[in-house]
Amino acid sequence: MTAYIVRRLLWMLPLLLGVSIICFAMLKRAPGDPVGAMLAESRDSGKTMTLADRERLREQLGLNRPVYLQYIDWLKLVARGDFGTSTRMNQPVSTIIRQRLPNTMKLAGVSLLLTLLIAIPLGIISAVKQYSLIDYLLTTFNFVGISIPQFWLGLMLLYFLSVKIGWFPVNGMHSAYVGPGFWAHFKDSALHYVLPVISITLAGVAGYMRYQRASMLEVMPQDYVRTARAKGLTERVVILKHAWRNSLIPIITLLGYVLVIMVEGSVVVENIFSWPGMGQLAVASLTQRDYPTVMAIVLLSATLILIGTLLSDILYAVVDPRVRFD
Amino acid sequence: MSVEVQRADLANWERGSTTTVASPRTLFWRRFRRHRLAFASGIFLALLFAVAILAPWITPYDPDATNLTLAKFGRPAGPSIEHPMGTDQLGRDWMSRLIVGSRVSLTVGFLATGVAIGVGTVLGAVAGYAGRWTDMLIMRLADMLLAFPPLLFLMGMLVGFKRPSATVIAIIIGVIGWMNVSRLVRGEFLTLRTRDFAIAARAIGASKPSIIFRHLLPNAISPIIVAATLSIPAAILTESTLSFLGFGIQPPTASWGNMLQIAFVQMRDNQAWWIGFYPGLFIALTVLAFNFVGDGLRDALDPRAWGR
Repeated sequence: MTAYIVRRLLWMLPLLLGVSIICFAMLKRAPGDPVGAMLAESRDSGKTMTLADRERLREQLGLNRPVYLQYIDWLKLVARGDFGTSTRMNQPVSTIIRQRLPNTMKLAGVSLLLTLLIAIPLGIISAVKQYSLIDYLLTTFNFVGISIPQFWLGLMLLYFLSVKIGWFPVNGMHSAYVGPGFWAHFKDSALHYVLPVISITLAGVAGYMRYQRASMLEVMPQDYVRTARAKGLTERVVILKHAWRNSLIPIITLLGYVLVIMVEGSVVVENIFSWPGMGQLAVASLTQRDYPTVMAIVLLSATLILIGTLLSDILYAVVDPRVRFD
Repeated sequence: MSVEVQRADLANWERGSTTTVASPRTLFWRRFRRHRLAFASGIFLALLFAVAILAPWITPYDPDATNLTLAKFGRPAGPSIEHPMGTDQLGRDWMSRLIVGSRVSLTVGFLATGVAIGVGTVLGAVAGYAGRWTDMLIMRLADMLLAFPPLLFLMGMLVGFKRPSATVIAIIIGVIGWMNVSRLVRGEFLTLRTRDFAIAARAIGASKPSIIFRHLLPNAISPIIVAATLSIPAAILTESTLSFLGFGIQPPTASWGNMLQIAFVQMRDNQAWWIGFYPGLFIALTVLAFNFVGDGLRDALDPRAWGR
């Protein structure tokens, strides 16, 4: 097991290297560069930038060198744990990410927790009462849930519940002014969470419930479930202890995948609700050609995805002793 | 249930009755039609296709024509009898743009799926049949692409185009979306290659491409079809998300995604709910319809699901 984990961790290095090369090449072939973005910005603020200024900036940022040399420079820095300086915000990338990452994690974490808390019980009910009215309703809800575009749901919630009725704040994580006291702050921040979390959770619940239902249906006709019933155990114990626990084996591997969906979903939702997280940062950095920041975000997400898949593979072995790694 | 029916049919046949045994195709249709939602979805999609194909002739107004007498002071005009879905801040008829936008969604849905299924099937089949280092190479490539955060990857690729067309977007979505198909096909091939008919084909000296594509592939076609139908809605959602974030179809060309991008500002500043409501509704309905059809197909094609 340890050998397996070590091997997988080592294998991540070439994968990440490949990811970074592809990403670097991809960004470099895009028209426009950070200097162009700065130029537009300085024009907006009424200043002018001479051609010589631009050339000097390009030189300074190393943009005039061959792409592979630029990549090697970048790699050398990263090997030392330095992701460079954001050309858009003129701050070290690591500082920016340290500010943004917790915000995305909070949003994704709350959404993931809520997804599991809602999806698992509903999936079990749907499977136990297969073909009942409630099962039909839940299955239909599933289809609708996975079909509604997340950003449309976000926009509609934003319009009807914030702009129109004014129940929830329109954007951000906090209000500009909050009354004194812990509870005032707590209430304010909780209100900011509601709509983004709903937007992310709906699709998650629909997707996850479907898998929970399917794997419960797989387990219910098994011999050991019948045995448990024959022993005279109550239906509650049969379902929750004997059936449900075994049904978790296939769906636990989906956790890593769900985490990816949550992070992806936050890209869209953060941009709608102006949530100061990684998703918003990614879109802004890409449009402004802020290469160092984009590279850092891609590398970070790729690492998260790889660790997520590894964790779910390990979990698979933990919950199912029959699974052995070679 | 089907076993009973067939046995009864067989009995009739032995007695010289004229009842014919249902062919696989008839059985398929019978099972597919049982899914009323899938059937209704199929009709909805057929209508949508007709609309998309006939778009240039059936739009009530020129989708790109602005009309500032309608949108006074840059305020979108609400739904009316002349403009059932209202107009945007430039006075462009929203229904006409919605009709034209359907072309983008359907093109991307089908083309992206075609690319993903094509690449995924070939690579998966080769990996599953050849094994050894070919298999390892292809699967490691898939691993690497799977490590990318998909949306971010797509946005990064699209930044390289000034005005990406629906075709470009579809190809890019397809090129980075083949990994799941290839895993699926590879899995099928790993078991198929050991079956007797595969060994027989090899024994009579069939060439490798012939074994892979003529003998084995037809046996793996059902899961591929199901994967395809389910990948169409996913591609449509992806395109609309990209266009919404400003990385996909660029205005003034209309797509359902970039119509919602306009809605983001107009709903907040001018309370123009119709701008966001209709495009999103049509994305949701289209995606839902494809998902229902995919589900119906799975039940009709997958022998394991017949008993349920």
